[in-house]
Amino acid sequence: MTTTLAEGVVDASGAASAAWLLLALPALGAAVLLIGGRRTDKWGHLLGSGTVIAAFALAVVTFFGTDFAQQHNLHLWDWISVNQLVIDFGLRIDALSITFVLLITGVGSLIHIYSIGYMNHELRDRRRFFAYLNLFVSAMLLLVLGNSFVTLYFGWEGVGLASYLLIGWYQGKDFAATAAKKAFLMNRVGDVGLALAIFLMFKNFGSTQYTEVFAAVGDAPTGLIVAIGLLLLLGACGKSGQFPLQAWLPDAMAGPTPVSALIHAATMVTAGVYLIARSSPIYSLPQAADARLVVMIIGAVTILIGCVIGCAYDDFKKVLAYSTVSQIGYMILAVGLGPAGYAFGILHLITHGFFKAGLFLGAGSVMHAMNDEGDIRRLGGLWKKMPITFWTWTLGYLALIGFPFLSGFFSKDEIINAALGQEGPRGWIFGGVALLGAGLTAFYMTRLLILVFLGKARWTGLKSADGKDYHPHESPTTMTVPMIILAVGSVAGGFILSMVLPDFLVPAIGEVQETHGALSHTMVGILAVAISAIGAGIAYLIFGRSEQPVERPQRVTFAVRAARADLFGNHLNEALFARPGTWLTRALVYVDNRGVDGLVNGIAAGLGGSSGRLRRTQTGFVRSYALSMLGGSILVVAALLVVRFA
Amino acid sequence: MSAALILAQDLAQQSATLSTGEAVAFWVLGPVALAGGLGMVFARNAVHSALFLVMTMLSLGCLYIVQQAPFLGLVQIVVYTGAIMMLFLFVLMLVGRDASDSVVEVLRGQRLWAGVLGVGLAVLIVAALARSLEGVSDQGLAEENAATGPGNVGNIGRLIFTDYLFPFELTSALLITAAVGAMILGYVDRHTRGRKTQKELVEARFRGEHDRPSPLPGPGVFATSHSVATPALLPDGSVAPESLSRLIDSTAADKLDAERKSVAGTGPQAESRALAPREEEAE
Amino acid sequence: MTPTYYLLLSALLFTIGAVGVLVRRNAIVVFMCIELMLNAVNLTLVTFARLNGDLHGQVMGFFVMVVAAAEVVVGLAIILSIFRTRRTASVDDSNLLKY
Repeated sequence: MTTTLAEGVVDASGAASAAWLLLALPALGAAVLLIGGRRTDKWGHLLGSGTVIAAFALAVVTFFGTDFAQQHNLHLWDWISVNQLVIDFGLRIDALSITFVLLITGVGSLIHIYSIGYMNHELRDRRRFFAYLNLFVSAMLLLVLGNSFVTLYFGWEGVGLASYLLIGWYQGKDFAATAAKKAFLMNRVGDVGLALAIFLMFKNFGSTQYTEVFAAVGDAPTGLIVAIGLLLLLGACGKSGQFPLQAWLPDAMAGPTPVSALIHAATMVTAGVYLIARSSPIYSLPQAADARLVVMIIGAVTILIGCVIGCAYDDFKKVLAYSTVSQIGYMILAVGLGPAGYAFGILHLITHGFFKAGLFLGAGSVMHAMNDEGDIRRLGGLWKKMPITFWTWTLGYLALIGFPFLSGFFSKDEIINAALGQEGPRGWIFGGVALLGAGLTAFYMTRLLILVFLGKARWTGLKSADGKDYHPHESPTTMTVPMIILAVGSVAGGFILSMVLPDFLVPAIGEVQETHGALSHTMVGILAVAISAIGAGIAYLIFGRSEQPVERPQRVTFAVRAARADLFGNHLNEALFARPGTWLTRALVYVDNRGVDGLVNGIAAGLGGSSGRLRRTQTGFVRSYALSMLGGSILVVAALLVVRFA
Repeated sequence: MSAALILAQDLAQQSATLSTGEAVAFWVLGPVALAGGLGMVFARNAVHSALFLVMTMLSLGCLYIVQQAPFLGLVQIVVYTGAIMMLFLFVLMLVGRDASDSVVEVLRGQRLWAGVLGVGLAVLIVAALARSLEGVSDQGLAEENAATGPGNVGNIGRLIFTDYLFPFELTSALLITAAVGAMILGYVDRHTRGRKTQKELVEARFRGEHDRPSPLPGPGVFATSHSVATPALLPDGSVAPESLSRLIDSTAADKLDAERKSVAGTGPQAESRALAPREEEAE
Repeated sequence: MTPTYYLLLSALLFTIGAVGVLVRRNAIVVFMCIELMLNAVNLTLVTFARLNGDLHGQVMGFFVMVVAAAEVVVGLAIILSIFRTRRTASVDDSNLLKY
């Protein structure tokens, strides 16, 4: 399987040789918009959307014009060349990267169009918003197209920057600034892992090019492979909001909703999945079994964390964010399964990209109509006011909970099946977690649907935070059209993709390894649907039949309280890292002030003091100077005499 | 110690070479010169110091003559003692006559250390002389000063204008420079201070080059006292602050405030009813 | 009696002059002490001339006198101008150049 990677790499030709344009177009858009400043206010959003749509068109052309049985390498220029460290700036166009490119540019285009409508409240800054979005798209494309881990790292940091800028979009608000900082810092934790993995690769394999690294890993010792695998996983956890670095992703919802949809649901947060899938030749090695197990555990833990917390939150976008966390947990679990799961992880990534982007855009549409109200307890009964939003959202919802023959059904069931297919108790544990997660997902998504769109309109008579009445209305066409397209994708995408994608990806990540668990594939499908139906049913029984209070109930069980507090994830982070960090810093500051500064200042003070005392000899009295001159002369004469006569 | 012994041996060896006349001259003039030096250092009055120095110089001049240096001896007496020391005296009369030194030494340890170092210097020089004069014989200047030849003055002149011509010419430059320097240091141009005429001053005042066009008000105008510490009063009875010098403590103004107020009529007044007859008396 | 006594006398005068420079405060007296030191040196030169039977020492003494004359002129002018500005002839009062 790994042999397909080392061989079959050819220089790019034809449409693939123009792949650099994919990066260049959005980068150019970002540059023009950022440098052009206010002058581009009028048409900035059009340029921003245009570059991404053009990139999408180019991606489609590349997709159809290239033979993906092989991997195409496009060398652009020598990038870093220091002694042994030679890194080309090059692109790698293969089945995996083109899949991601199509997702990024496709969903990206839709969200750019949506943003034109969504950001029309902020005309003055809309241009900058589109510049950042373009920057993000460019960096994300570099991440998936780069042909070495260093180019990937470049794009990785680029999307981190764009994410930081966009989370902190509402700069004036404290929570946005804090959330941006939090995201940036927690991402850095993961980035350290990725960077260390890259260092290890260079140290041991002498290169960071995919082809050379993957050709060399086969002979590497187990310890090295496990180390690299775990470090890469750390990077993936940081970027994809996986346990234990999941806390930043819900806070990242402080950014505008299109950002949440594009970056924090559909594309950037899946970079970790891409990283592990791209590194599949490493993870597939027999030496990497332990690393793979850790990947699976992380994925499974994250599924449960995301689902449990998602059940407790009352914030529309944060529920979706925790849903994203748990869905990415599915993907990580899938790619952790090894050859049995890579393709399904990617499949779920694509379908999730569609329906989660659609769900976020629906949420954005609702908030756009409701004066940015995100508290679902203050919504309700909106299906009549916003029919298009309601129906597209419902389709996304059905896709997510795995309604039969919608996209989530195909992708998630494959993952559950593959997890159950593991040998021994592992299969039962991971499969069980995946099934439980499916039920919980159905539960909290149904709760969301009922509280937002169905039931009584609890917002009548309430006022929003800025003191206005609520006047819900359907969103403009630029917003509804992308939602409709994404809804169509959510419905149909899974079926089509599950047919073609695993085979298409074979040259990049290898054959799908059939698994045969205790249950047959059909049985698993029925079981999953049944569990989802039970979850949804319970949610209906709890939330659908009785009136929900506008204020969130305070007298709740410990479990709910824990879930509301992010299962104490933030407390854990603070206790484990923030406070010891603060203490360490304080201690270091103390040592620095007293020790280092004390030494330096002590020397200075000693010199100054002794100079001050020596200074006293400069009395200004000529006669004391004359005295010392006479003394000096006597010394000199005495010395001369001693030399002369003694 | 050994140095002194060697020196004594030397003296014993060479004592035969000196004539008795010269010995007498030395033993008279030497102590006088030494006494003059000590007197100069220890005399409280600067003029006395100068006179003691004159005494030393005269003796030294005589000693030069005794030592077969008649030209230098006469120059010492005429130029050094006659001219330079008189210059000293002139300047003393101009400047330092009153400034007799106080007995108290302000620099701690100065006198002690000066004495220690002086003794050390003397010991060093004596030791050096004793070691270096070992075996030196007295050549005498009989030939150079022979009456038959050009003599002492003639020979010195020949040396100055032959071997030492260039240094001699340099001394002329030195003397001219010194003369010019002394002129520059001593010259005071009273006209460059730029005293203005009254007319110029008035014009400058009204052009605003001074703080105010008029002179400051004098103290004591309308005041209760002739003291300069008493501020002038303005026609409304208030204090004119400019009339008080900043150098004078103005508490006098505060002290006199009550008096000033009574003069100005702004102080506490007797009630008008005080003059009216009491009611019971009226009845 | 030998010429060495002259040198001894000269050494004593020089030392007296040096100590005088150190202990006297009146600038003019200090200056006179310097003159005394110069004279002591002159006596040495004259004595050396006689010991060597050579007039060069006397010529050197002559030059010392010339230089001393120039020095006195300039030095006294400086003392005068200091006195004019600071109203003092004490070397201890001109002590602005200090820490």
